[in-house]
This record gives sequence, C-alpha cells and structure tokens, in this order.
Amino acid sequence: MEITLSFIKAFVVGGAICTIAQLLINYTKITSGKILVYFLLSGVFLQSIGVYQYLVDFAGAGATVPISGFGYLLADGAMKGAEKSLFDAITGGLKAASMGITAAVVFGYVFALIFKPRSKKN
Amino acid sequence: MKETIDYANQNYLKYVSLTAPKTKETRTLFRAFWVGGFICVIGQGIRTLYEQAFGLSGDELSSYVSMTMVFLGALLTGLGVYDRIGKYAGGGSIVPITGFANSVVSPAMEFKSEGYIYGLAAKMFLIAGPIIVFGVASGVLVGLVYYFINLF
Repeated sequence: MEITLSFIKAFVVGGAICTIAQLLINYTKITSGKILVYFLLSGVFLQSIGVYQYLVDFAGAGATVPISGFGYLLADGAMKGAEKSLFDAITGGLKAASMGITAAVVFGYVFALIFKPRSKKN
Repeated sequence: MKETIDYANQNYLKYVSLTAPKTKETRTLFRAFWVGGFICVIGQGIRTLYEQAFGLSGDELSSYVSMTMVFLGALLTGLGVYDRIGKYAGGGSIVPITGFANSVVSPAMEFKSEGYIYGLAAKMFLIAGPIIVFGVASGVLVGLVYYFINLF
C-alpha cells in the first residue's frame, strides 16, 4: 500500500513538473535546451533555500528524476560540503552529481558509437 | 449583403482562433503530464527495486537510480524510440533525466560522420554542456555562500 502511494505521488509530482515545462513551451517559445537550464537552476535555487528537500521527501523519484532534481543534488552536495571545509564546499556539488554526469558521458559515447542516426521523419 | 458575410467570417475566424489552439494546447499539457509522470514512476519503481533487492539507501540509492535512468534514456535514443516519445510528449520527455541522456546521445549520433573527436565527442555536449556549466557553477556558488555563512 505504501509502495502504491509512493508511485502515485511520483506520478503526480513528476507529471506536474513536466506540465510546467510544457506550459513554457506552449506560451513562451523557449527552446528545450534553455528549459533544461532553467529547471536545473530552479532546482539549485529551491534547494539552496531548503524547499526542494520537502518535495523529494514527499514524491521521491517524482522530484529527483526531473532535471530540477539534478540541481537539487548539486546544491545539496555543496551545502553538505560547506559544513565540512572550503574544499568540500567547492567539490561537494559536482561530487554529488558525478554519477549522473559520468553515466551521461560514458553511456552517451558508447550508444552514440553503436547506433546509427535515424531519419527524423518516422 | 457582402458586409454581413464578412462580419460572419470575422466572427467565425475569431471563434476558430479562440478554440482551435486551446484544445491543442490542453492536449499537449495532458500528454506531457502523463508521460512525464510515467517516466518518474519508472524511476520510483527502480528506486524501490534497488532499495528492496540490494539494500541501498541515501545518496548511493539515488545515484544508481539516475545512472539507470540515464542508461535507459541513452539506449532508447540509440534505438530511435525516444525521439518518437518526444514527438508525442514534448516537455514530458525533455525534463526527466532520460531527456538529458537523449540530449547527449542525439547530437552525438548525428555528428558522428564528422569524426569521433570533433564530431561525436564534441557534439555530445551541445545541449548537455550548458547544463553542466550552469550546474557546476551554481553548485560552487551555493557551496561558497554556505561556507562563508557557516563561518560567522
């Protein structure tokens, strides 16, 4: 039951975040690359004032899977590092996000190597 | 007589412009909602699986979940499936981390013909580059601000 509820929460919150992006696409003509940057920065900002953590605690993957969750991870790592030392304050953000970036680089290179681009028409 | 027809036409055109795009837009919103939500549910499913099966928790758990999601996004982009999802779902496929993987693989495949270094490896970061730049820079900013706040 608890697992079902966590799935519903993830669905609603994740869907809502994506709907905000779609609203921006529909009404402002912001390109998708810029939307990714804006969502990332909003994740960083919301976590830096301590808000995004509530969303993560509530919705789990619904808050961490969108790109704003990547920003949350960066800000959270930096803030935790800042409690330890200057070194950790500077490296903490990238350290926390290192798995996502490493995966994107490694899998990105491998799959781009293996697969051929398809025509965009179908 | 002609005037009334023009008037009717204008009214009709006004009516069309009011209704037609709106219904299309609500449809795109609905699509973005359910596809984006569904991708997050898959993430939650992987999260639950790793939690129960491997006993992972905290940062380790969320790192492995995002690794898996990036893997899936990159694979589906390579297979040509993700672009079709993107055409249907718009923002619902862009914002999840699978969309980040898509933005890495898609231009990398496209520019592979220009070589493996300046083509594939360089163009991987066409869209992902700015995300990493702003992510790292804002992360350092937050870290430094908190470090100096903690000093006093």
